[in-house]
Amino acid sequence: MPARPRDLAWLGRLAKVAGFMALGVLLSVYVVEHPQDSLVARLVSYRKILALTGQHLWIVALSSGLAIFTAVPAGVLLTRPALKRWAPRAVSLVNIGQTVPSLAIIALSVGLLGIGARTAVIAMWIYSLLPILNNTLVGLDQVDPAITEAARGMGMTPGHVFTKVELPLALAMVMAGIRTAVTINIGSAILAAFVGGGGLGNLIIAGNNISRMQVLVLGAALPALMALSADAFFEMLEHRTRV
Amino acid sequence: MIRFDCVSKRYPLEATAAVDDLSLHVRPGEICMLVGPSGCGKTTTMKMINKLITPSAGTITIEGRDSQALDTIALRLNIGYIIQEIGLFPHMTVAENIATVPVELGWKPARIAARIDELLDLVDLDPAIYRQKKPRELSGGQKQRVGVARALAADPRIMLMDEPFGALDPITRAKMQDEFLKIQEKLRKTIVFVTHDIEEAMKMGDRIAVLKAGRMVQLGTPMEILAHPADPFVSELIGGRQALKMLNLIFCDRLMRQVAVADRALGAEAALRLAAEPGAARMVLSSGGVRERFYVDGQSLELAGGDLAAAARPITTTMRPRASAQDALSEMFRTGDRFLFVEDDSRQIQGVIELEDLFRQVKGCEHAGQA
Repeated sequence: MPARPRDLAWLGRLAKVAGFMALGVLLSVYVVEHPQDSLVARLVSYRKILALTGQHLWIVALSSGLAIFTAVPAGVLLTRPALKRWAPRAVSLVNIGQTVPSLAIIALSVGLLGIGARTAVIAMWIYSLLPILNNTLVGLDQVDPAITEAARGMGMTPGHVFTKVELPLALAMVMAGIRTAVTINIGSAILAAFVGGGGLGNLIIAGNNISRMQVLVLGAALPALMALSADAFFEMLEHRTRV
Repeated sequence: MIRFDCVSKRYPLEATAAVDDLSLHVRPGEICMLVGPSGCGKTTTMKMINKLITPSAGTITIEGRDSQALDTIALRLNIGYIIQEIGLFPHMTVAENIATVPVELGWKPARIAARIDELLDLVDLDPAIYRQKKPRELSGGQKQRVGVARALAADPRIMLMDEPFGALDPITRAKMQDEFLKIQEKLRKTIVFVTHDIEEAMKMGDRIAVLKAGRMVQLGTPMEILAHPADPFVSELIGGRQALKMLNLIFCDRLMRQVAVADRALGAEAALRLAAEPGAARMVLSSGGVRERFYVDGQSLELAGGDLAAAARPITTTMRPRASAQDALSEMFRTGDRFLFVEDDSRQIQGVIELEDLFRQVKGCEHAGQA
C-alpha cells in the first residue's frame, strides 16, 4: 500500500524542527567566530550562549510543565457532570491572567515574590494556564456524547470511558493548547532577564547597554528560532494524536 | 428473557411520560421491534434495559432477575449494544473496537485475537485487510458490520440495536438487513431492535411493538399488524397497501405446490391420464429421473394429442424459495404468465406457484390474523 501524505507529513515537520535549530546554531557560530569588535568578543562565547539557552529552556519547561499539570486536570474536573457549571467561571478567572500584559504580570510578581527565576516561572505559569485549560475544556466537550454513551452502554467502567475514549479523542485539542502555551512562553521568557531570572533576555539587555547590534540580534533571534522550532515540534505531536 | 412490568419513565418538568405503563415480554431468540415516530419512547425503552436510563416506576426483569438488583457493568457486558455508525470509536482500529468488551472482561490476548478474526469472518470482512483499519477508512456498510461484530464479541445472549441501519443508503441497508437475518438464523439471539421505519420492522421483526407517545398501541407479528391494525395511528404508520405488504411476508417455499413430473418415456395415453389428475395441470418433464427445464400444461398436451415432446415449452422464469410472494407477483406481471416455477439452490425445479395461490394466501393470512 503506498504511503499516504498523512504518513509522511511528520517527516516534513521534523525537518522544520531541525532547520530552525540549525539556523540558531549557525547564527551563534557566526557571532562567536566573527565578532564586530573586542567588546562583543569578550561578551559572547559558546559557553555563555549555551548557559543562557539552558536557563531560558529551564524557565520555559518549568512554567509550561506547571501549567500542563494544573490546567489539564482542572479541565478534566471542570467537564465532569458535578463541576460542569463552574467551567465558565474558571475560564473567566484565568482569562484575567491572560488579558494583563505579560510584562505587567512579571512586574506584579516581583512585588509579591521578589526577584529571581522563581518569580518569572510563576508569572509565566499563570500566563499559560488559559490556552491549556480552554483547549482541554473544548477538547473534552466536543467528544460526541453518542460515542461515550456507546462506551458506557457496552459496559466500560467510568474510568475506562475516560481513559480509553474521552481522553484519546480530546488529546489533539489538548496538545494544540500546550503548543500555544509553550510557544508564547518561549517568547515571554525573555522578560525573565528583567527580574534577574537569566535566560536569553540577558543578551538583549547587554546588547542594548553596549549598543552592539550583533548581540542584540542574537538575543532576539535565538528565542524566536526556538519558538518556531518548538511550534513545529508540537505540531508534529498534535498531528500524531489526531484521530 | 426480558420482561417489562408496568414500566414508566417520567422526566421532571415534563408533562407527559416518556414511557407510560409499558408491559412487554421479549421471548428468547426473537427479534422484537420497537417502532414509532421520534419521541414515542422507543429508544428510552431500550436504554432502560441496559440501565443507561433508570425507570421511574415498574420493574424490568432480565433472565429472571430484577435489573435494578443486577450489577450495572456486568449486565452491560452481557448485552450486545449496537447504535448508528457513529458508535464506533474513531481513534481505535477495527480490531481494538471489536475487542472492547473482551478487554473489559479480561480475556487473554490470544483469545481476543482469535475471536476478532472469527467475528470479522462472520460479518464477511477479511481479517487480514480490515483488522488494522480505522473506522474513517471504512464505508457505511463496513462500519455497520464492525458494529455488529463488536456487539457479538463476548457472545451475549441479548442484543440491543438502536436504529443500526438508519444512516445507510437504501441498497446497503437492505443488504445489511439480509445479512443480519442470516447471522441471526444461526445465532438465535434475543434482540430488541429500535427503528422508526415500519418497513424495516416488518422485514426484521418476529414481533413488533408499536409505540406512540410513550404507550404501546399494538403488539403482534408483522402479519397480525398488517391484517388488523389496532387503531388509525397504526394504519397510518403502515401506510396503506396492506395486502401488497403482506405479500412481502410470505415466501415462495411456503407458497409453492409440489410440481408433478412427467417422464418423456410416457406414452400419449398415460401422459393425458396423468395430466387429468388434480394438481397436475402443469408438469415438469424429466428423462431418466432427471428433471428438465421444460414443462407441459394440460391444455396444450390435449391439443398435441398427448405427445409430450410436441407440447413441451422451455421454463424461462423461476424464483428461489426465499424470494417473497411480492417478487413472484412482480415476475408474473413482467412475463404475463399466471404461474411460475420455483427452483432450489442446485437449480432443480421444485414447485410451481399459480396466481390464485397468491390470492388464496393473502386471504388466508387475514383470517389467520383474526384467530
